[in-house]
Parts: sequence; structure tokens; C-alpha cells
Amino acid sequence: MNALQIRNLSVSYGDTRVVDTVSINVVRGESFALVGESGSGKSTVLKAVAGLAPQWTGEISVFGQPRSKGIDRAFASRGQMVFQDPYGSLHPRQTVDATLSEPLAIHGLGGQDARVQEIMAAVGLDRRFRFRLPHQLSGGQRQRVAIARALMLEPKLLLLDEPTSALDVSVQAEILNLLKRLRREKGLSYLLVTHDLPVVSFLCDRLAVMREGKIVETNTVDALKRGRMTNDYSRELIEKSALTTSA
Amino acid sequence: MSAPLLDVQNLRVTFPTLQGPVEVVRGISFQVGRERVGIVGESGSGKSMTGRSILRLIRSPGTVTADRLRLGDTDILTASDRDMRAIRGRRISMVMQDPKFSLNPVMTIGAQIGEALTVHQKLPRQAVRRRVHEMLEAVRIRDPERVFGLYPHEVSGGMGQRVMIAMMLIPEPDLLIADEPTSALDVSVRAQVLQIIDDLVTRKGMGLIFISHDLNLVSRFCDRILVMYAGEIVEQCRASELGKATHPYTRGLLASVPRLNETRAELPVLDRSAWSVA
Ligand SMILES: Nc1ncnc2c1ncn2[C@@H]1O[C@H](COP(=O)(O)OP(=O)(O)OP(=O)(O)O)[C@@H](O)[C@H]1O
Ligand SMILES: Nc1ncnc2c1ncn2[C@@H]1O[C@H](COP(=O)(O)OP(=O)(O)OP(=O)(O)O)[C@@H](O)[C@H]1O
Ligand SMILES: [Mg+2]
Ligand SMILES: [Mg+2]
Repeated sequence: MNALQIRNLSVSYGDTRVVDTVSINVVRGESFALVGESGSGKSTVLKAVAGLAPQWTGEISVFGQPRSKGIDRAFASRGQMVFQDPYGSLHPRQTVDATLSEPLAIHGLGGQDARVQEIMAAVGLDRRFRFRLPHQLSGGQRQRVAIARALMLEPKLLLLDEPTSALDVSVQAEILNLLKRLRREKGLSYLLVTHDLPVVSFLCDRLAVMREGKIVETNTVDALKRGRMTNDYSRELIEKSALTTSA
Repeated sequence: MSAPLLDVQNLRVTFPTLQGPVEVVRGISFQVGRERVGIVGESGSGKSMTGRSILRLIRSPGTVTADRLRLGDTDILTASDRDMRAIRGRRISMVMQDPKFSLNPVMTIGAQIGEALTVHQKLPRQAVRRRVHEMLEAVRIRDPERVFGLYPHEVSGGMGQRVMIAMMLIPEPDLLIADEPTSALDVSVRAQVLQIIDDLVTRKGMGLIFISHDLNLVSRFCDRILVMYAGEIVEQCRASELGKATHPYTRGLLASVPRLNETRAELPVLDRSAWSVA
């Protein structure tokens, strides 16, 4: 069974179609990357899966359950999303502790204290940040709170929108190792949006490249590593990426 | 190096916390000329606070002290609030790390960029509209006509970054502080946006402080690099020599960068206890 199946998804804002007949399958336990041009609709695809895009057409199902157009409460325990913009997604008056405890409280789960401590350690946040508000944290610290919150309920599917873009490479390495370990130990599946092809190379099995609302190529990460992507735009991204990386 | 544009001596930023005051920037000193200076370093090491204190944007209850904080012959420490408003934008601009949060949520993109232009300069409306349009095109926004009328929550992460960059560059400041300005851009758009910034440095002699966690990017794009750790500058080097850096923190950073043809099953992580600053 697929962890996530998206078929012919289209999303429009007013007259502008920003996602155009996109189809993606994420196999259970797979880590799938969505890369591509800035503004091409990657975040919108994730938002549609999470139930946060207004008008969409097509089919989305998560672990075989078709997603309805409205709010889907059952989704939260199966899937969680880490937003691109952690500032906007964290409540400004809620401490780190409250942010992390809330998902457990809502689902009536106990052991909150121990779990909060455990998850903070896992994302490399020192204990002293536990009772801080978002504006009292650095950009990367906020991003780690957002990742930690998504992991609290151990969802089977994680939608990750640029989860490490505000992190220095040493903290990024810890988060990437953590994601890899959770996937191995708990069989999580990921749909990951990133601009960083080396991150795709480290964490993912397959990738799709988007441009102007459409997927222009879906291929294996092996093809990415061997320089065997076929679409011109994909190849341009790899070429430019090779120029700025591998110093 | 030419006479410094910016001169910072013994800068400290302190916040009160439940556990008592913490110093998050701990007495750093550096100068910036008409050049590109990169700041890299651990998350939480004080990079953004350093940038904000140069613009006197540290919110209370945070406090800033320094032996010297000068832009050309202006003393930023003693400048009046009115002087600071005149300095911000025209002489120093800062591209904030959270662009969408830093933009005005109830003003369209076009109006905000237009305002950045007209604050320091009177221009007819048509000319403003044309300049904004050109600027959106320069930062590679597709469909500038549509984006002109959108609100910040209606643009993508990378579009928000580019709008912020357009806004900060349009008044052609003497010094640009860019805090993770391109982290949400694909490599292709990123290269073009960097080109615009670079143009202002080489053509107009703008000074640049480029805060980024992308080591490869700063080593290629900048002239010099400052490495921060726990509120201090632990190492400085020419950008081209970052690969030869000696501080164990910098070495550790370099090792944890993933590669395009990555084969390691796990990335090396740092043992921070090994060199914690007293
Ligand atoms: N609420 C909205 N109203 C109007 N247009 C919107 C809205 N939200 C998104 N869009 C548009 O949808 C398009 C796709 O945005 P999206 O955030 O999905 O891009 P993205 O691929 O994630 O880009 P980035 O890499 O820059 O984050 C953009 O042109 C954006 O302006
Ligand atoms: N209001 C506050 N009260 C207490 N500490 C604060 C406050 N604001 C920021 N800090 C702390 O100051 C330190 C430096 O923050 P800064 O934003 O400069 O980090 P940074 O180097 O920019 O990190 P990042 O790469 O994650 O953006 C952080 O450890 C942060 O938690
Ligand atoms: Mg996005
Ligand atoms: Mg910062």
C-alpha cells in the first residue's frame, strides 16, 4: 500500500492555476523528494495533502484513505507537516513546552513530560529553551521546535517543507541522521521539499522536479547521483548545484 | 582594505532570562569595507543578533553595548531614533531571516517595494510602478504583474525572500546585511539573485555582510569569512581558504556537509563539549 497517493492534483488561486495535474506516489517507508523552481507549487502540494489548500481537484489518499476536501481529523495521527516558515506556524504566545505537549494532550496521551524532554534532546535543543517563546529563539531553534512538534505523535507520514534550510550544517546533520533513523526503526515515510540536492542524495530514494506547477521529471536518486536525469531543467539544477557545492 | 564602512568593537548583546542574564553576543570586533564579508556559525551563535544590533533593532528587554559601533563617521550607539530611521534603508538595509514575517502583512508586495523607494526620494507614481516592476523582474519573479498585487501570505517562501531583497536593494544602501537571504531559493534563481547583489558591491562599492549556513556558498561568494560560535568570533579567514580552516568547530562544520553523490550512511556530528567556550 502507498503511504501517499496523489493523482492529477490541481490547485488554483482565483484564475491562477499554481499546481497542474501533479501525480506522486510515496511507497510505505519511502523517502520522496520534491525539488524545483521557487514558486513552482511545491508547498502548495504539501498543503493540499495536509488539508490546507482551498480549492483543489484530483485525488489524494493517505495509507489508502481518500482525503476529503474539508478538515480531516484522523489525518493528524497519520500525517504531520513541518512548515517552510516556522515563525508563522508557531503560536507566538505559546512556550516550547506548551507547543510540544499540546498534540499529546489533544489526543489524550500521557507521559508528556518525559516525551517533551526526549524529543527536545533528539532535535538538539537544550533544556534551557523549554519555557521560551518563539521570538526568544533563533531561526534555527524555531525550526527545530517545528520539527519536534511534528514528531511528537510519531506520525507514519511526514510532510517536510524545507525542514533544514535555516539550520547550520552541523545541526542539519543531526536532524538528517534522526530522520534516517526514525525511518529505519519506525518505518516512517517522508515527502520532503528542499532546494538542497545533496540533502536529497543523503535522505531520499526518489525525487520529482517541479516547474511552473507541473512535474517535469520523476526519477530515482540513483539517477541523480549518476547524472542520469533526463529533463533539461533537472539537468540545469544539477549543474548549478554542482557549481555551488563540492568546494 | 579601504577605510572601513562599518567599525564594530567589543559588541555585546544581553538578554534577561529565567536563569539570569545571558550574553548571546560576547564582545566581538570586526570591520567591514567595500567588500563581501560572510558570517557562518552554529544555529543560535548570535549571527542575527549581531546584524540586528548594527541597525539598533534589538528589542527590549535585550541590551546592546559596544566600545565602538560606527558607520562611516556616524556613531550608531548615540544616534537619535530619528537619525536611525534615516540610516535604515538608505545607508544600511537588512534582509531579515524570516522575510514573510518581516513584511507588512496588510500591504501588497508592490506597495511595500514602492514605499521603500519613495521614503528617501520623491518620484512620480508611474515611475515608481515601473521601478518596482523592474526590480521584481530582476529578482526573477515570474508574472510580476500578478505578484505586484499579492499580500505577503500569498507568495511562496522563496518569493518572499526575493521581495525582501528587492525592497532592501532598491534604495541602493552603503551597507547590506543579508541574513540567510537565499536559503529558500532554487540554485538557478539563487545564482541570479546573488549576481544582483554582487553587482552593487563591485559597481557601487556597497559593503555586504552575508549571514549564511551554506559554507560552500559563502566560500565562493564572499571575500572574507567570520566563524561564530557561542557568541564569539572563533575564526576569521579569507573565503577561498575556508577549506584550510583550523578551528575544530569549523573543521567539524566542513565534515558534516552532505555531497551530491553522498554514500555515507550517517553524517558526522559535532562533539560540542570538546571545545565549549568558557
Ligand atoms: N493564498 C494565495 N493566494 C494567491 N496565490 C497564492 C497563494 N498561496 C500561494 N500562491 C501562489 O502559488 C504559487 C506557488 O506557491 P508555493 O508556495 O507552492 O511555491 P513553492 O514551490 O513552495 O516555492 P518556494 O520554493 O519559493 O517556497 C506562487 O505563485 C504563489 O504566489
Ligand atoms: N528574547 C530573547 N531572550 C533570550 N534569549 C534570546 C532572545 N532572543 C534570542 N535569544 C538567544 O540568542 C541567541 C542568539 O540568537 P541569534 O538569533 O543571533 O542566533 P543565530 O546565530 O542567528 O542562529 P540561527 O542560525 O539559528 O538563526 C540564541 O541562542 C537565542 O536563543
Ligand atoms: Mg515553498
Ligand atoms: Mg539567525
